[in-house]
Amino acid sequence: MRLHLDNFTKCFDGTPVIEGLNLTVEDGEMLALLGPSGCGKSTTLLSICGIYRADGGRILFGDRDVSALPSQRRNVGVVFQNYALYPHLTVEENIAFPLTVQKKRTDKAEVARQVREIAELIHIEALLSRRPAQLSGGQQQRVALARALVRKPDVLLLDEPLANLDAKLRLEMRSEIRRLQLETGITAILVTHDQVEAMSMCDRVAIMDKGEILQIDSPTEMYRAPANRFVAGFLGNPPITFLDGQTAQEGRFAMAEGLTLPLPAHLRNMPAGRPIALGLRPEHFGHGGAGQASGRVTFVEPQGREMLFDVQAAPGVTLRSIQPTRDDVAIGDEVTWSIDADRMLAFDADGRRL
Amino acid sequence: MTRNFALFPLMVVIILVSLPLMTMYGFLILDTFTDAPPGELWPDEFTLRHWRFLWDMSAAGNVWMATLNTAVLALSMVAVVVPVSSLAGYAISRLNLPYRRFFLAGILVMHAFPAVTLLIGVFFVLKFTGLYNTMIGVILVKGALMLPFGIWIMKGFYDAVPWEIEMAGVQDGASRLTVFWRLIVPQVKPGLVALSVFAFLDGWGEYLLPRVLAPGSEMTVMSVLLNQLIAGDDIGFDFNLFKTVGVFYTLPVIALFVIFQNRLMTIFGGGTKG
Ligand SMILES: Nc1ncnc2c1ncn2[C@@H]1O[C@H](COP(=O)(O)OP(=O)(O)OP(=O)(O)O)[C@@H](O)[C@H]1O
Ligand SMILES: [Mg+2]
Repeated sequence: MRLHLDNFTKCFDGTPVIEGLNLTVEDGEMLALLGPSGCGKSTTLLSICGIYRADGGRILFGDRDVSALPSQRRNVGVVFQNYALYPHLTVEENIAFPLTVQKKRTDKAEVARQVREIAELIHIEALLSRRPAQLSGGQQQRVALARALVRKPDVLLLDEPLANLDAKLRLEMRSEIRRLQLETGITAILVTHDQVEAMSMCDRVAIMDKGEILQIDSPTEMYRAPANRFVAGFLGNPPITFLDGQTAQEGRFAMAEGLTLPLPAHLRNMPAGRPIALGLRPEHFGHGGAGQASGRVTFVEPQGREMLFDVQAAPGVTLRSIQPTRDDVAIGDEVTWSIDADRMLAFDADGRRL
Repeated sequence: MTRNFALFPLMVVIILVSLPLMTMYGFLILDTFTDAPPGELWPDEFTLRHWRFLWDMSAAGNVWMATLNTAVLALSMVAVVVPVSSLAGYAISRLNLPYRRFFLAGILVMHAFPAVTLLIGVFFVLKFTGLYNTMIGVILVKGALMLPFGIWIMKGFYDAVPWEIEMAGVQDGASRLTVFWRLIVPQVKPGLVALSVFAFLDGWGEYLLPRVLAPGSEMTVMSVLLNQLIAGDDIGFDFNLFKTVGVFYTLPVIALFVIFQNRLMTIFGGGTKG
């Protein structure tokens, strides 16, 4: 079902945390809400499911305005960060709980059948008689998913569902959640502050900061063409390097520290003397291109397949490069590497991308 | 083996220190079944004479009536304190009540307040409402005095239940009441059990309030009866009878402790385990 937030506002103690937020999640789409801690992701999520009451605007499920409805009547499935399983009930009873509290009674056999069906979908048939305390983190996560999905909700909300898992399980559950979402065709919102999670699991990513959505786009598009400096800095690991300077003569860019580079092609005829910032991603330094920078290698971080280099190109200016692992460069070496100037991102003084 | 060995000196010290206590308890039990010649320590005859108060009402007054009264008082404490504390504790712990801080502070102060100082005021209130010299009056006053403790304990147990469980319950479509009853109460069950036992024991052992607020003979509870035994003006004061009634009075307490000792510990630990 299509989900739409229209001018949504939420205040805590009179101060707005989120003001006039507009967001549409298409039917069957999985959208990531990505942003730094405290930006209002959980607040948005909890308002959609009805635990918080919106202070303004509308929340629409399809054409139905649910803003005034209590949680119980919104038909939203939620997976909480700590799973919130009911410790005194077995897995089976946990999953059955949403069915047993419904107004119109489902008979026992039907409940058991639906629980079994969802358990098979999520691969936890073998765990049904256990209690939550006897499950691993990943298994608890699956049970929480099953409980959220058993009612066939209109929308599935996931608040940092992978934050409590170790790295390997996280990888596994990432694809597992995505598989379930695609198989059930449910509209889903994933809240996370992990960009890899957001980009790998979702159709579109919405980047939030200070209660505002800065950009909504597909992961690739957002990485390639971030709307502003914040988004550019948020996506990418290792992160982008920002160079603050000015446009100079002949389509070049100059920093007060002495480093000069060619401007990206579409900005070559900008007048000189404008303050701008260039963003250089590590994969565009040392991989060919029109510009170049030389300096001393100050740091080398081997990551197995790749290596990360910090190069001091001017006093106080450190450029970062990621390259396939090589043994011919060590800390202290002087290097001259190319910069793919045309793929650098440029931002004006207000942080908007040029 | 080595561990036990290391504990050995500790055990010796503990036994030495508690020896006088254990001796006293030993003689307490022993004396209820035996008679010793005057001035002697060791008994020389077995007798059930000291237990005659169970059938002979002239020995120590109407013991069965007093037992019944005490049981009524103790069970009423459970009936009053446990439901009210479990609801009030939930409200204090979870609901966004107006004046919540004021309530919290009030409960703490009342918990620490010496109840004796209220006695005269309470006496006048009961006189005025016609509840003086009734069991109901004693139950209400005793219950009210115990509530701060009960509420505080239950609040602690509710605080240990994660918010998310409640949110998840509401999300799953359950009403607040269903969530409370089916999801929250089961999590605080150890607290309920412990508080019930505490309330019962507190009511069972109460002396002051029944003594002052319900002095009528048909309202006598065990503690008051026991007191009358020694405070009596008889010349032939029977020490062994007094001990025997005391043991009789203590039996339910010991039984409860044996059955619930593990549960009682949770009141200090707070929350469920495993
Ligand atoms: N119950 C509340 N009362 C007052 N302020 C709150 C409350 N809940 C959240 N806030 C404030 O609202 C803002 C957004 O909080 P929110 O929990 O939505 O952040 P978040 O994006 O989920 O962060 P995180 O990634 O750390 O979970 C924060 O500044 C927070 O301090
Ligand atoms: Mg959050």
